[in-house]
Amino acid sequence: MTFDEILKIAPYSLPKEEKEKMLTERLKELTILHQRNCPEYARMLEAVQFDINEIRTCKDLPFLPVRLFKEMNLRSVSQEEIVKTMTSSGTTGQAVSRIYLDRETSSNQQKTMVKIVSEFTGSGRMPMIIIDCPGVIKNRAMFSARGAGILGFSIFGSKKIYALDDDMKMDIAGVQDFLEKYQGRKILLFGFTFMIWQHFYKELLRLKEQGITFDLSNGILIHGGGWKKLISEAVSHDDFHKRLEDVCGLHDIHDYYGMVEQTGCIYMECECGHLHASNFSDVIIRRPLDFSVADPGENGIVQVVSTIPESYPGHSLLTEDEGIVLGEDDCPCGRKGKYFAISGRLKNAEIRGCSDTYAVKF
Amino acid sequence: MTNLEKYNQAFTTTFEIGENRLPGLKYQDIEAWDSVGHMGLVAALEETFDIMMDTDDIIDLSSYEKGKEILTKEEYGVIF
Repeated sequence: MTFDEILKIAPYSLPKEEKEKMLTERLKELTILHQRNCPEYARMLEAVQFDINEIRTCKDLPFLPVRLFKEMNLRSVSQEEIVKTMTSSGTTGQAVSRIYLDRETSSNQQKTMVKIVSEFTGSGRMPMIIIDCPGVIKNRAMFSARGAGILGFSIFGSKKIYALDDDMKMDIAGVQDFLEKYQGRKILLFGFTFMIWQHFYKELLRLKEQGITFDLSNGILIHGGGWKKLISEAVSHDDFHKRLEDVCGLHDIHDYYGMVEQTGCIYMECECGHLHASNFSDVIIRRPLDFSVADPGENGIVQVVSTIPESYPGHSLLTEDEGIVLGEDDCPCGRKGKYFAISGRLKNAEIRGCSDTYAVKF
Repeated sequence: MTNLEKYNQAFTTTFEIGENRLPGLKYQDIEAWDSVGHMGLVAALEETFDIMMDTDDIIDLSSYEKGKEILTKEEYGVIF
């Protein structure tokens, strides 16, 4: 099954059995592809005595810990075919993942992302406010997760403005002019959760106290990148929504879950507040003790599978996030597929054991 | 300026290359035409021809020649 065939299917249309059949077929093919073309991956499969004939469903496929991409250069195409190397965001001194993309995988990532996001925004392009600084995409050779996110979403922007300058200060006059110019139009806003809170929401609040207000009731905000820092500031999901609406009328707000290791396959939050898996990918929650598949409603480690990666063996990954599957095919929003919530991050020590001991064998 | 000249200029200005490089030029062939450069090219074409491209067409714009084919579509109506 080619990725182009998968792209033709509406992103949230497949019921459970059909989706599993499609995923299993495609992911088995990807496993064989990477086994053939990535020697390190082939050795890992050998070490776990992998046999493709024993794979009944995609749940049986082996998964790599995401942090392996920090420790090894894993790719399934020659160096000459790589057009883009993406890196995960990390704090200073922290190792970053390196994800190697060829033309095909890079283009399929963008196509997928457009298909998924269009289900929420409509396919038309809109004036777009990027709640970040322009400096993020300046270094083009090494693409950070942050730059890739901004650029990926930029395709939806007809006219674009960065709301922050390179010191992360809000460009008040710039945003005011932009909103005036596109008054009455639906405006797309994009940014990362913490930056939005710290540099946009707080500034809007300060300005409001001075009598300067912004009307973003026509806006649709897509944000991602994790809640960890906001939770430490005791800002919940509901607070985030309520306070943004209070300060500027913004009420159409969608979080998304995704990672640089599987760019393109993002999990968008629907109108009911649930993260959704599209046809292009899936989440499987695993029990930390034996990696068996957890029941719906049971907290566990998030495994993600994606039908996109052809240039690097990242189609089945164990993340360091914890999550819960809330249901499948029956979300009140009407979209098919699993819907889930992310409940937190694993503590380093808890996973270090399995990933590192797994990696040192090679 | 003819439409072809305007079209060429969008490429040569965005990517800072000579016109002789254009025939056969594909996305990712040169450093300047990466994903950032791509959005710059789209902005230049949209401004030049006063159009708004569909997301699908932005993704399909994979070469100098393909771009011409896209712009001649009915909804953009650029005649070369």
